[in-house]
Amino acid sequence: MTKSPEQLEQELKRRSKAAKLEIWGRVVSFSALILIVAVVVAIIGFVASKGLATFTTNHVNLWDFLSGKNWNPSLTDAHGKPEVGALSMIVGSFLITVLSAIVATPFAIGTAVFMNEISPNRGAKILQPVTELLVGIPSVVYGFIGLSVVVPFTRSVFGGSGFGILSGTCVLFVMILPTVTSMSADALRAVPRYYREASLALGATQWQTIYKVVLRAATPGLMTAVVFGMARAFGEALAVQMVIGNAALMPQSLVDPAATLTSVLTTGIGNTVMGSLQNNALWSLALVLLLMSLVFNLIIRLIGRKGRLQ
Amino acid sequence: MTKRRWLQGLLLTILVALGIFAYQTRQVSQAGGSITAVGSTALQPLVEAAGEQYTADHLGTFINVQGGGTGTGLSQIQEGAVQIGDSDLFAAEQKGIRAKGLVDHRVAVVGITPIVNRKNGITHLTTKQLTAVFTGQVTNWKQVGGKNLPIVLINRAQGSGTRATFEQFGIAGHQAKTAQEQDSSGMVRQIVQTTPGAISYVAFSYVTKAVQAVSLNGVAPTEANVLDNHWKIWSYEHLYTKGQPTGLTKDFIAYVQSPTIQKTLVRQLGYLSPSQMHVTRDVNGQVTPIGGTHS
Repeated sequence: MTKSPEQLEQELKRRSKAAKLEIWGRVVSFSALILIVAVVVAIIGFVASKGLATFTTNHVNLWDFLSGKNWNPSLTDAHGKPEVGALSMIVGSFLITVLSAIVATPFAIGTAVFMNEISPNRGAKILQPVTELLVGIPSVVYGFIGLSVVVPFTRSVFGGSGFGILSGTCVLFVMILPTVTSMSADALRAVPRYYREASLALGATQWQTIYKVVLRAATPGLMTAVVFGMARAFGEALAVQMVIGNAALMPQSLVDPAATLTSVLTTGIGNTVMGSLQNNALWSLALVLLLMSLVFNLIIRLIGRKGRLQ
Repeated sequence: MTKRRWLQGLLLTILVALGIFAYQTRQVSQAGGSITAVGSTALQPLVEAAGEQYTADHLGTFINVQGGGTGTGLSQIQEGAVQIGDSDLFAAEQKGIRAKGLVDHRVAVVGITPIVNRKNGITHLTTKQLTAVFTGQVTNWKQVGGKNLPIVLINRAQGSGTRATFEQFGIAGHQAKTAQEQDSSGMVRQIVQTTPGAISYVAFSYVTKAVQAVSLNGVAPTEANVLDNHWKIWSYEHLYTKGQPTGLTKDFIAYVQSPTIQKTLVRQLGYLSPSQMHVTRDVNGQVTPIGGTHS
């Protein structure tokens, strides 16, 4: 009881257990953050340094790379320049991404509307677990099913080998459907209840409410869902590689073999030597992929911001 | 509070135990020796099987075998990151590799044959016809004596050893037309088997009744024809080391080249043994008969 003022002051100034714990917690979470940021920066830096080497060390013209149609990194063309035109792969990637998103969106939004607006009980009980299950199926399984079901089907209907953008689209459609569906459902759920009540009170039917009010209000969210699905489709490697045929040619039709950035990467990387032009050219493709996924992220951000402003 | 202490104590004990374990195993693997072989997926089954047998006979050693492809194998061995680089090609044939300083150990010979879908109605071709097919001058099988079916080309991935060998010896050094590419022989066979009009090329061990192997210039793709170079499309499988191998690496390569493996595993896995060959071939494709066993 007889503490001097100095002692008392010291005791008060000393950090309590709770304060120490707080600092400790801050240090742990902050170092986790630093680690993740460092990893991201390191990956981007590595891919960029490797990918840019094609243009700096091997002196490939950037425009030739982006607009050339011949992909034969081990060969040189008439002017003695390596044939590293990536246009056919870039076109292949975009084509397959856009097509699968176009096919998947109506199904996804339809399912989401059914789950949220038309039959919330049954929807939640059956469709929710089903879509979640679909998300969990590994991509190699999708690829395998595509190879043994979709490809023979395309072959028997359209002739040729069955490998191509059409088969790839079919597989990707199923792969991105659950992602787009569950995100669309979230977007619809976020529409305030009083929007619907107001609409119904004005005498609108349920269908009118859905497509004039709910879908309109949820548009930014739905667009985010579609772009998210596209980002997944763009980056998918294994399943696409198994069914697209991997021919680095400009796509002439949907049933001819084509190639995507990812499929060329996965087939080629083991057969090239680190530091060689062939290897650097593949890294350049990886850099294009990385930049595209950044663009997709940016688009999602932009849509989100626009949605908030309204 | 005491419960937490207990947990902390337990965690610490486990950590220490793990540390000791790691240290111990490190010691053991240093004492017995462990080497890593990386590269060609075509050669991987042989090296893996031989490695298992070797470690079973020589306790305390460990042969770590990884795939990754010929390019990976050669670049890893060039950097000295591994002890053995598996390759389907001569190191000098692979772009970006300085072959000097790498020592070649040939452990197997693999014959490669064109295969077609059985519906194409093709059983033999000439080199000229095969070249025309793969360079795209001919687009229908009826132009080379088959049924009226469009030709579907299937290539292996660029840089694949099988493809390089096929292009060099099968279609006279021409570059195959850009067409669909598959990165494994099993997949290639599967596609040729099911796609009317398809043609590709695989190692002999992948040929089954479901696909038609094609005779070239009247020579059938058989092992006997490879041995005396009547069948020209074949290549060596190489184990590369950086400089002359020493220690376990040397012993293991000698083991793979020994009759024990060459007469059993190599044959079982569908390869030929270099010692059976009546000829040798160098990196430029020059073939010389082996003295004594002249055919």
